[in-house]
Formats: sequence, structure tokens, C-alpha cells
Amino acid sequence: MVMSLKEQPVKVRPVYRNIHITQLASYRLPPAGWVSILHRISGALMFLLLPFAIWMFDTSLTSEVSFEQFTSLFAYGIAGLPGWFFKLVAFVLIWAYLLHFCAGLRHLWMDATHAVGLDFGRNSALAAIGLSTLLTLLLGAKLFSLF
Amino acid sequence: MATTFGSKRLVVGAHYGLRDWLSQRFTALVMAIFTIAVIVQVLMPGPIDYYKWSAIFGRQWMKVLTFVTIVSMLWHVWVGVRDIWMDYVKPMGLRLGLEVLTIAWLVGCAGWAVQVLWRL
Repeated sequence: MVMSLKEQPVKVRPVYRNIHITQLASYRLPPAGWVSILHRISGALMFLLLPFAIWMFDTSLTSEVSFEQFTSLFAYGIAGLPGWFFKLVAFVLIWAYLLHFCAGLRHLWMDATHAVGLDFGRNSALAAIGLSTLLTLLLGAKLFSLF
Repeated sequence: MATTFGSKRLVVGAHYGLRDWLSQRFTALVMAIFTIAVIVQVLMPGPIDYYKWSAIFGRQWMKVLTFVTIVSMLWHVWVGVRDIWMDYVKPMGLRLGLEVLTIAWLVGCAGWAVQVLWRL
């Protein structure tokens, strides 16, 4: 039997909208979602801290005297801010850089090979978070002269 | 290549934005090579003092790679930050203002970085 279009019951379909900012805390993201938003946050953070990164590039390389200036910032701090604060900022910056790097490699791999399955998305997201954290700990240990 | 200026410029349709997307990928590749080159040299055994650190950037190939990386970063960050403004900032005037500030910020930072590289 053929029903006319009007007689068919109207299906209630779920509506997906952009989440509101107040829902952020209660919204559970999959690993790929975490990597995605962290990719953006780490990028924005590095953009804002770019002058600090270039200041480090400048003072650490220009001369031995400026190198002393560079190391003393992390040892003694400046303008009332303690040295550990700058160590923490540098550490966060390294983590942001490496996370952005790993997430970027993941993107390039997906673009090049069209590897867009659910499993690959999940596993590679976890790998990006794991590898970047491991590299951050390694470089952090190197910076604070543990090996 | 479609017209990108004047009254006949292409503002809709497929492949609009492909150039930005592609340039972000290729600049990412350059920076990835730079990143691996730095990480490998920094993680070599032995503590890092000024001489070891500055020797890394003293080699000519490393200077060239660093320069290309600075230029790539300028371009890459422009595409990325503009994406952020386009996603979250809807008022046209405010967005334009932020984009202009972004360009000034990036060109200033890149200029400083090149200046540092120049005197090594």
C-alpha cells in the first residue's frame, strides 16, 4: 500500500548545533576531538608567546653575555616574578610546540594517505598526545640538565 | 587560476581556499624538518652550554633551514590565526582590525627573528 506524503508520520530527528560555551565543561570529547581543540589552543598560545620565544632565540644565541642573561631569567626571575614561573612558561611552550607538531604530522599523514577511519583517528590521536608528552619530558629533562 | 581581485573575483565555489590550505601543509612540512633537525641535535648526549647551542645554529645549512622556517612560520601562522578569527569573530570591522594586528604582530616577530639569525 502506498501512503501519500502527507499521511506519513513526521520523524523526530535529532538536531546537532554548535555547542554553547556554557556546555564546554559537560561535553565529553573523543581523543581526536581533544587533539583537534588542543591543536588550536596550542597554536593560539604560541602565537601570543611568539615574542617570548624569539627573545629566548635572541639572548641564548647572540653572545656568551646574553646567554648568561637567558639562563639567569630561569634561575632568578625578573621584575618580581620568580625563576620557576619562567621555567613553567617555557615548559608549557615546549609542550604546546610538540603537541602542535605531532598533531600536525597526524594531519599531514591523513591528508596524504586518506587514512580517515574511526580506529586510525582514535589511535593516532592518542599517539600524538603520548609522543608529544614523552618528547616534552625528554627535552625538559635536557633543559634542566638531568642528562 | 581564477581571478582573485576586482569585481570579477571568485568568492564562492569549490577550491576556494585551496591555496591557503595547501600552503599551510607545505610550510608545516618545512617546519617539521627544522623541528626534527633541532630535536636530534639537542638530545645528543652531554650537557648543553653556550658553545654547543650556538654551534647548532652556526652551520650554514642550519642557518638556511632556520631562515626558511621563519618565513614558513609567518605564512603558516597567518593562515591559522585568520581561521580562528573567521570562526569566532563575526563583526566584520572587529575581524578586520584583528587581522591587521595579526599581520603587524607576525611581520614584527619574523623581522626580529631574521635580525637575530643575520648576526650569528
